[in-house]
Parts: sequence; C-alpha cells; structure tokens
Amino acid sequence: MTTDLFEKFQSTINDYNKLPVGELNPFTVRMDEVISPTEAIINGRKTILAGTNNYMGMTYNEECLKAAEEALRSFGTGTTGSRVLNGTYNGHKVLEETLKDFYDADYAIVFSTGYQANLGVIATLAGPKDYVVIDSDSHASIYDGCAMGNATVVRFTHNDPENLEKRLARIRKKDQDAGILVVIEGVYSMLGDQAPIKELATAAKNHGAYVLVDEAHSIGVFGKTGRGVAQEQGVEHLVDFTVGTFSKSVGTVGGYCVSNHPQFEALRLVCRPYVFTASLPPSVVASANKALELIKDSNLRVKLLENSKRLNKGLADAGFNMGTTGESPIAAIIIDEKFTAVEYWQNMMVEGVYVNLAVPPATPNNLSLMRCSLSAAHTFEQIDYMLERFIKVGKKLGVLT
Amino acid sequence: MTQSTTEIFDQISELMAPFNTKSIEIKPDTSFATDLELDSLSVMDMLAAIEDHFDITVPLNILPDLETVGQVAEAVKNILDE
Repeated sequence: MTTDLFEKFQSTINDYNKLPVGELNPFTVRMDEVISPTEAIINGRKTILAGTNNYMGMTYNEECLKAAEEALRSFGTGTTGSRVLNGTYNGHKVLEETLKDFYDADYAIVFSTGYQANLGVIATLAGPKDYVVIDSDSHASIYDGCAMGNATVVRFTHNDPENLEKRLARIRKKDQDAGILVVIEGVYSMLGDQAPIKELATAAKNHGAYVLVDEAHSIGVFGKTGRGVAQEQGVEHLVDFTVGTFSKSVGTVGGYCVSNHPQFEALRLVCRPYVFTASLPPSVVASANKALELIKDSNLRVKLLENSKRLNKGLADAGFNMGTTGESPIAAIIIDEKFTAVEYWQNMMVEGVYVNLAVPPATPNNLSLMRCSLSAAHTFEQIDYMLERFIKVGKKLGVLT
Repeated sequence: MTQSTTEIFDQISELMAPFNTKSIEIKPDTSFATDLELDSLSVMDMLAAIEDHFDITVPLNILPDLETVGQVAEAVKNILDE
C-alpha cells in the first residue's frame, strides 16, 4: 500500500471532527453582510465584531473608499503581474514614497501581504553562512521565513534580553564574522505584550547583529505618529529593518519593509516572495496610501487604547483571569480548558459577539484564550455590551463564580 | 573534556524532567511526539534548556531530524566535539 498523503493530518482531522457542523464551528464563520468596521450579519444575527484586528476602523473610511474607487476605475481590478515585470504602477511607487515619509526612512518596499514581507525579508537577508535569532513567541510568518531560508536558526526566550545576549555570545564565540539578524515583534498579537526593544537591540548591537522589528500589530497604534513600538520607546535608531502589514490598522491587505541600509533596494532583485507573485491591486494600493496619511496625524490611537482599557478593566473587575492589561488593543481572557474555550466562543456567537478563539499552538505557554482586538471604531455602548455578554456566558459556564 | 554519549544522555534525561509530564522512563528510543506527546514548541523549549546546560547552540534547523532522546544526545555530542 502506498502512503496516503493525508495520513499525517489524521489527529488534526480527528480533533476537528469533534467540533459541531454549522454555525457553532469556530473555523467556518461566514460574514454574510458587513455593516461597518464593528458590525456584521453572521448566521442571520447582527453581531459585534470584537476580533478583526481592524484597530483604526479604516475599512469603511470615506476617504479610503473614495481613493480605492478612483483607482479601481482608472487602473482596473488587478495588475496581473510581478512588481519586476508589468506589476509596478504609479500607485505602488507613490505608496512606497508615502511609507518612506511615514517612517522617515531612506528605502521602502511594498509586498503583496505582511506574511510575504516577513517570509521574503528574513529568508533572503539571512543566507547560508548567516544566523537568524528569533523570539520564541514569533509569528508563523517569522518561523516560515526561517524555514525557507538557508541560515542557521537560533531561538531565544520570549522578551528576555539576557537570554538573547547569551545566545549571541555563543554564536560569536564560534564565528566572529557571521552575519546575524535578530528578529522581534513590536507587539505580540496574542497577549498584546511589547518587546523591550532597547534592551534586545542593544544586546544585538553589542554583537554586531542587525535588528528587524515586525510592527504588524503596532503600526497606527503606538508612537507619536503611529510608526509603532520602536517610535513609542524612542529607539528607532537601533532598528535596521521595520516590517509591517496593511491588513490591520491600515484596513486592507499588503506588507512592507523599510530600512536605511544603502543596499536595501537590491532586495527587489533577489527576494523571491517579492519577485514571483503578482503585485497588489491598484484599489488596495490607493486605500493603503490614503490610510497611512490619515493614521499619521490621527488621534484614533487615543480612542483605541481608551476602548481597550475599558474592556480590559471591566473584565478584570468582573473576576476574569486576564492575559492582558489594556496597554495594547488586545483583551484576552485565559480559559483553563481548551474545550471550555470552544464552548465559550460558541455562546458568545449566540449572544451576538464575534471574538477569536485562540488555542495552542497559535498561543504562547499552551494557553486557551478568548481574544478580543479592539477598534477605535467601537463605541463605549458596544464595549459595555461585549462586557455584559462575557459576564453572562462566564457565569453560565462556571468560568466566573 | 570530552563527554561520552551515555554521559550526555544522562544529563539530558535529567533536563527532560519538566517536560516528562507523564513520568515515563526515558530511554534512548523514547520519542518526543509519540511517547512524551510533546508538540514542536515544547521540544524547542526543551532544546533551549539543553543549550544552556551544555553552553552550545542547537540550531532549529536540525529539529526535523530529532525524533528521539537518543538522537538529541547524539546531536549534542556532535556539537560538543566540533
């Protein structure tokens, strides 16, 4: 008998088959209508969206819609080509100029997704004789960038500068000349905790390593002009490469990397996830460009963090075991049992609140979470509604006593 | 000082304790996935403990080749002997 290629997935399939079919299945949610950045019709029910990473509520911004519509009519539905062939339109260059201005950086490259930005930059920059040193709680796109590249991959304990220092010293002891890229995230998406960039980057610099910071969950949210955690912490001068996404605060899809390295543009020639994929559609590029302009001078991040504090504080006061404190736009309740978490999620859907069910291995420390991502577009009324429903379900399931 | 694979294996067995939640007997052919039921993240955490104990770098790249405790002991010996 030859091997069934799907045999290796059998335990995953068995676990999945324990879940109900239909509206109570957390992996088959269908948005039938989207009303606004914070509301949709799901299973015929008006539902508050509390887990969409739509931090600034940009998806229905009038100026972004208008820019997208104009580009759609002028430049069509898609580019049908790579950035290095027929897929670079005026809009893509304008967007890269906007990014350079946004970050006050010398160079910017736009990718088709944030995932591809990490994949491409990490896999390409760190070659066969180099090292990539990553945080243990890194996003899948960072792990996959490592797997795709040919560098030696080393992992340090989450947000632990001493642990990083120790690992860098070991690498240097063995190879004084090796190129080293240290990869961290500004905000870690599951529990919303920030990297201590100064301490981590200082350890990197002490050993002659480059620093890449992924600001996917922090662009728009942190820093005086929304550049992210490095700006918030005043340590942008220690960062060599900033990666990010347009799929959260910017309200559309796409990824980018900015840098001051004088040879940075060479990536356009050698980075396969940049070269061998079609470029972003013109309408997406136009809305991203407009959203970046708006985010820069916006006070939406103040409203966003107020919203997050309100939900986090309300949940903590109600007695939930919280994984977050309200310092980021994430509110995560720790649920002891994975199957209780599934049940919790199902009850919240029936109550008209969509949150993320987050379970291992997507979560750190084997945690099961009810994860909310707040938006500046949420009203206090919506947040109080979420809170009330969380408490109601918590009492019903015995999570709250 | 060169250590034998057996000596290394004994030290690794001790380092395994926090990951051996089912308290099974650790043998060279004990597998991480099947016997210890560890996911890949736990295996990486365990390797971190091994790195610090032996003061070596165990690249994540060799992870796919490490299915048993004996293979880890073998890999650590190779790194120490480099």
